[in-house]
This record gives sequence, structure tokens and C-alpha cells, in this order.
Amino acid sequence: MAEKYSIKIGGSAGQGIKSAGLMLSKIATRSGLNIYTYTEYPSLIRGGHNVMQILISPEEVLAPSIKTDLLIALNKETIDLHLNELHDQAIILCDGEVFQGEKVISAPLSKLANEAGGGELLINTVALGATVGLLGGDLEILKNLITESFSVKPEIVEVNKVAAKSGYDFIVQNHADKITQTLKKAENIAPKMIINGNDGMALGAIAGGLQFASIYPMTPITGLLHNLALYQEQFGYIYKQPEDEISAINMAIGASVAGARALTATSGGGFCLMTEGLGLAGITETPVVVILGMRAGPSTGMPTWSENGDLQFALHAGHGDFPKIVLSAGDSREAFDLVKDALNLADKYQTPVILLVDKNICENDQSFHPLEISSQIDRGKLSLETIPDYQRYALSDDGISKRSVPGKGNFFIVNSDEHDEIGFSSEEIENRNSQMKKRMSKLQTCAKNDMPHPQIFGPQKADLTIVSNGSTKGAILESLKKFPNVNFLYLTWLNPFPADAVRNILAESKYILDIENNFLGQLADLIREKTGIEIMDKILKYDGRPIFPEEIEDKIRSIVIASDPPAGGERGNLNTEIASSPSTIAQGSRNDGGQI
Amino acid sequence: MKLEDLTTKCKSTWCPGCGNFGLWGAFKNAAVSQNWDNTNTCLVAGIGCHGHILNFTKITSVEGLHGRAIPVATGIKLANNKLNVFVFTGDGDCLAEGGNHFIHACRRNHNLTIIVHNNALFSLTTGQTCPTTPLGEKTKSTPSGNLDYPIHPVTLAIASGATFVARAFASDLPKLQEIIIAANAHDGLSVVDVLQPCPTLNKDYTNQFFRENCYQLGPDHDVKNKVQAFAKSLEWGLKQIPLGILYQEEKPSYESAIIQIKEKPLIESSTNRNMEELFKKYV
Ligand SMILES: Cc1ncc(C[n+]2csc(CCOP(=O)(O)OP(=O)(O)O)c2C)c(N)n1
Ligand code: SF4
Repeated sequence: MAEKYSIKIGGSAGQGIKSAGLMLSKIATRSGLNIYTYTEYPSLIRGGHNVMQILISPEEVLAPSIKTDLLIALNKETIDLHLNELHDQAIILCDGEVFQGEKVISAPLSKLANEAGGGELLINTVALGATVGLLGGDLEILKNLITESFSVKPEIVEVNKVAAKSGYDFIVQNHADKITQTLKKAENIAPKMIINGNDGMALGAIAGGLQFASIYPMTPITGLLHNLALYQEQFGYIYKQPEDEISAINMAIGASVAGARALTATSGGGFCLMTEGLGLAGITETPVVVILGMRAGPSTGMPTWSENGDLQFALHAGHGDFPKIVLSAGDSREAFDLVKDALNLADKYQTPVILLVDKNICENDQSFHPLEISSQIDRGKLSLETIPDYQRYALSDDGISKRSVPGKGNFFIVNSDEHDEIGFSSEEIENRNSQMKKRMSKLQTCAKNDMPHPQIFGPQKADLTIVSNGSTKGAILESLKKFPNVNFLYLTWLNPFPADAVRNILAESKYILDIENNFLGQLADLIREKTGIEIMDKILKYDGRPIFPEEIEDKIRSIVIASDPPAGGERGNLNTEIASSPSTIAQGSRNDGGQI
Repeated sequence: MKLEDLTTKCKSTWCPGCGNFGLWGAFKNAAVSQNWDNTNTCLVAGIGCHGHILNFTKITSVEGLHGRAIPVATGIKLANNKLNVFVFTGDGDCLAEGGNHFIHACRRNHNLTIIVHNNALFSLTTGQTCPTTPLGEKTKSTPSGNLDYPIHPVTLAIASGATFVARAFASDLPKLQEIIIAANAHDGLSVVDVLQPCPTLNKDYTNQFFRENCYQLGPDHDVKNKVQAFAKSLEWGLKQIPLGILYQEEKPSYESAIIQIKEKPLIESSTNRNMEELFKKYV
């Protein structure tokens, strides 16, 4: 298997790190390679350190990595912060004016940018050209990308092309001996899409027949609302920015009551404000999808960093008992699929569906074979007819009643008070009991008809079973490649929960390792609650950084050593709390970060 | 359409003499005269004594959360702009718990009619102070007198950008009916502040008090003059409570500016989408 090549490009916010990184990613995919990107930035618009990692490989790449092979430093700070991450053979591409040293391949980035006629703004383009030269890539692809990205500003296309070529030529003329084949164009190139979770979820929602979205901006789902806002006229749905998250969920509920497929999205703080609305959707049996993009909490926490810390909160959000479906995605392609599923499930079960993602899923890019639209739009028992003697909340075996909308000649009350079958307020004992049972039985119907068996990656039976949900998926799958006797129980359904399947799978494994991006081990708690199985070995990381494959591999090795010889012997406490990341990617975090 | 068509199985649960009866009667008369029914109208209410109106009125409705009727109504209107959408809300509901929504709905000029049941108290919770309660008033939550300065719904509505702002008295059914019809006919956000006696809990703002102290705005009041309307909205006192349309302005409603719903309502729009071109942007 070919190794992943890891590039890190760093500079100050405003130097175009993200756009340069995305162009480099597209050069790779258009050359027949796969990519994965990971961006770290503080909560600031300008100033502050931005760094983007781009992993390139002929094979799929599923997670960020600790190692760096090429550091592209657009300022001195990048070198200060990341120099000690570099292994012996790693190289640094930077302006000789900025830094000199043994690993450095220097190119006069600033001088070339000025000669190209665009001043310091073009430094990132010169660096891109130089990188393409250094990695044996095709300059034409970069030129095409420049034309595409600046199509609305044709006057700057030319200077960018000149800048790119000057960087490229400088490397070819001065550092020919350092040129590698990393970006060499393959013979047959299958098209690939590069999407992050915010792209995936927007595309999934549009493909899934979204008609109304109300979303208040908050990192990390802001990119999702930008996407939805951009395409609304083209596809005919409405995106509305509301005055707060309370309004966001209530607007979505109103639109859904009227018959529109509706969703909202937020992060932890906004989700706190939505919880009363979740209960409203629950008791009124109104379909609504809530995307919860988790970041490091509590409170404002670390706005631009990731966590899986709202898992238990999402499961328990809202007062009283009502059926709520909670799903969790692990990457952007899965987020695309699960948004579509969530819209269908909400309509089918006439209840709120929460989709958990996190900052790493929302903002990390990954290359995939082009997306396919596999599922059909299913609006469940929605009827647009006039129905004689209509009862909105008619009792039924599966818990689901026929759903009408206002304006179709049917009288009913969508009532937040406990209500009878028509919707009139009612506090009668018998009615309360039957309506509660009706609503809650929808979860059983859903578990029976729609909940899939959880996925197992790796061998069916293994010495060690890793269990996890969310964005740790990629790193776990990467580390699995090195351990044939380890498998991975991956969970996407948290409520209803596949308790029997999880119990059976975990009962078979000798050792269980729970991996989570939070302090408490919230998934392990859920598993104990639902299956009675207590997991002792955990990797818990709550510093906002992703869990890297290298960390998981170290942990697996430590378990294997500690448990040998003989199995069943005393083991030390294998709980690992990675309080601060071994990676110095972590040092990108600065206490001068503002707030978003 | 007849008045009986609006009757439900539920008996009204308001106290004898409650101003909500008048408001309810005026609304039903308006509905009958305009044929507002289950094919063209949706009602939304908040939580309070006012919200009970939905149980007694046979038009499809939503009883939302305390304070949150306006965003629900906004979602309904955006999803189906063919519907007449009425919000029945309390002065506590839309100025205290839901003050934020009230301001922003006015500012955006959604084509909604917001009817404020103004009884100067939280009544359903048995009589606490409310954003409309006069200074110094003794209520259950201000036993030594209210320290908060009150605000009139009409003042806030005009300041926030509502394009139809009126006040009426719950017991004057013909006038209230007329104003509700005009409010719904207005293309944009309408606020109707209804002075609603709560004889059980509010011993100051009685039927008699309003009969003696309200007056109808005359032809000399220019409804297009925002400064004059604002000044009128602040007027309050003995013989000094103006009723009628305070302010009206022609301005495109929010819904009229959305091209996605120019031809047909959102809920009738197609959800079968060809994604090919958009997918290509990501290659
Ligand atoms: C979130 C929330 N907070 C508090 C309440 C309790 N509550 C119900 S009605 C009400 C006030 C009602 O006042 P108003 O809106 O003026 O209606 P009125 O009863 O006077 O018609 C309150 C505080 C509630 N239902 N929900
Ligand atoms: S408490 Fe007041 S507002 Fe409520 S029903 Fe009685 S009189 Fe009417």
C-alpha cells in the first residue's frame, strides 16, 4: 500500500490558506489521487495562525495524521509552530527571506508574487505553483483551476496564472534534484468529488427534497447555511435566517405543519435554545430535522474545535417523554446520506430527528467517488386530500396517524397541550395514556422497520473490538489496516438503539476499547445503559483536536502488550485520557483566539 | 358560511365577563363575512388564556409554545403563502417571552395578522406583572407595586417596522371586526392591539374604564404619517386612549419578495431535483 503524503500549509488568516489548500486538493484528485484535509484556525477573521493539512494518496484517505512530509510556510510563525513535527526526511518550502535551514527548499515567494503584478496577495499562488513543481504535478490543472475559481473576476486570472507559473518554473530550474512524483498524473482518472460535511449535508438536503430551512449562524454549521442560501432560488426551496435558534426551530415546525419538508441546524449553544421546540415537535407529531454540529463546549467553549460532547444531551434534550430519533454521521459522505434518511424518517414517524455531526465532519474535506442518490423521497402518511371525519391524532397500531395540512378542508388542532384525536386540549386519564402510548410506540415501529444492523469493520470476530461513533470513524479505520485481529463496531443509530445487536457483538469480543471525543465517555454510558456492558478501556480526548490514527495504534499496542501473557491476567488501568495531543498540530491553538 | 360552522364540541372556559368573548365574537363575525375556513385559513396561538380560543373555533390551528406563536406562523406563511394566517397572542406571550420574535416579525413585514389580547397581566398564571402593566400596579409578583415601565404593543410595533398598526376594544364587536378584516387585507405585517378586560384579575382596566376613556381616531389622523402615529401610540390616560388604525404603509411584504413562491406556494414546489450540475462544482 502506498504511503500517504502529508502536506501542511500554514500562514496568517487572510493569506488564503484554505483556498490554496483546496486547489492543491483538486490538483491531486484531478491527477487521479485521493485527499483528506484538516484545518485548524482560531476564532478570528484576520491575524491568528491558520493551518491546513492535505493528505494525498493513491488509496482512500480517511483521517488526518500526526506526521508532516512537506511544510509550506507562508510566514515565519508556521515554521516556529510546526518545525518539531517534521521527521528526518521532511522538507520545508518557504521564502528564503523568512527562514533558512537544512530542510528548507527556498523560493523567493514574495519577490515572484510582486513580479507577477499582484503583490503579497499572490504569495499563496506562487507557493502553489512551486508545490506543483516540487511534487511533479501538472501545471495545466492548476491553471484550469485558477480560471474556474476566478471566473467572476477575469482580470485577476492572468496574474494568478503568471504567479503560479513563476513558482513552478523556479523549482524546475533551481531544485530539479528535489522533484518527486507525488502528484504525478495517473493514466486513467476516475472523477472524484471533494466535499466537507457542510457540503455533503446541503447536497443531501437538496437531493432529499428539502423545502424549508431556518438556520442561525454558528460554527461549525455556518458553511451549511451558506450552501443552502446560495442554491435556494435554483432549486426552489427557502432558506431563512431567523432572529435566534428558538425561532429557527419554531419556524421549521410551522413550515412543516403547513406541509413543507423542513430542517434546522445549529451547534451546542443554539441546540440548548431549541430544546423546548423539540418537545413541541414531539407532542404535535410534526416532522422536523435538527442537525447538531458539535464543537468543544460547554458554553462558548472552543468555537472552532471539535468534540462529541453533546451525545447524551441530544438523547435527552427536551422535557417529558417523546419519541426522538437520533442519528450520528462519521464523515461527509455519510452525512449526505443521513440527511436524506433523516428527512424521510421525520416524515414517516412525524417526529423530530436529530443528526449529530461535529466540526471535523463539517469542515474537513474528503474525496469520494461522485455522490449517488440512492434513496427515494418518502413522505409517509402525509395526505393533501379532504378526509371525511378527519382525526389528526387517530390511534393506530404503528403509532402513526394520517397527517393533513392546513388549507385542505380538514379541521384539526396541532396542539402543544395534551390533546384528543382531533387535537382538542384534553387532560382525561384515558386519553393521556392512549396518546402517550401511541406517540412512544413510533420508536418501536421505527426500530423494527428502519433501524439497520450496526456495521462491523474488520473480521467478524476479533481479539479486540473497538466501539465508537462519529468522526473518530476515519482514524479507527486507518488504524485497523495495521491490526488484522482488531475489529470495529461502528454506531450510527443512537435512538432507537440496536441494543441486542450491540450486546451480542460485544459479548463475543475478548477486549473492548471505546474511543470518544469527550470527557465522560458518553457513548460508553449509553452502551452500559442499553446493554448492561461496562467498557473499561477507553480513549477519551477532549482537547478539541481529532483523534489521530497514530494514537489509536499506540493504544492498541499497549493493550496487546498488557494482556499478554496470558489472557485473563491482571491488566493495568488502560484508560487513556489524551488531555493534550501528542501532535503539535495542537499548538496552533492560541490564547488570543476571539469568539465566534 | 354561518356562525354555527365555526362551533366546536368544546365549551368556552373563560371567566364570565372576560374580554376574550368579545374578541372571539368579532373574529368569528369577520370569518363568516370573509369566508375564512379550513380551506384557506390557519390560526396560531401562544399559551395563556387567549390561546384557548383555538379549542372553540373550528378553523385548523396550531397551539404553539408560550411566546413562540409568531415564528410558527411565519413558517406556515412561508410554506403556504395562500393561507390567511392569524396569530392570537397575549401581551405577555408576545412582549415578554416572545418579544424578540415580535420585533423581528414586524421588521421583516411578513404577511401575517397578529392579534394581541392585551389585558395588562399574565392571566393564565393567575395575575403577575406583564410588559403592559402600569408602573406602580400591585400584582401577585409585585406586591409592593410594579417597578418596570410599561410599553404599548402599538408603540413597539410601529418602532419595529410593522406596516399596519391598529388598536380596538374587545367589547366593540363591529369596530373590532372591521379592523380585523382590514388587517388581514393588508399585504404585510399587521398588529391589532385589542384592549381586553380581565374582570377576574385586573380591577382597573374594566369594561367601564375602556368605555369611558377610549376615543376613535378621526379623519384628521393621517395613518401614513409615522411620526404622528408614533405620538398617538404613546398617548394613554383618562379620556386619552386612541382607537382605530394608527399607522398603515404600503410596502412590499416579505413573502412578495421571494421569487421561489412567486408562482405557487412552497408546498406545491417540486422536490425532484436534478443534482448533476451542482455535483460537478465539487469535482
Ligand atoms: C416557557 C414557559 N414559561 C412560562 C409558562 C407559564 N405561562 C403560561 S401562560 C403565561 C403568561 C400568559 O400571559 P399572556 O401571554 O399575557 O396571556 P393571558 O393569560 O393574559 O391571556 C405564562 C407565564 C409557560 N407555559 N411556558
Ligand atoms: S383570568 Fe382573565 S383573561 Fe383569563 S379567562 Fe379569566 S377573565 Fe379572561
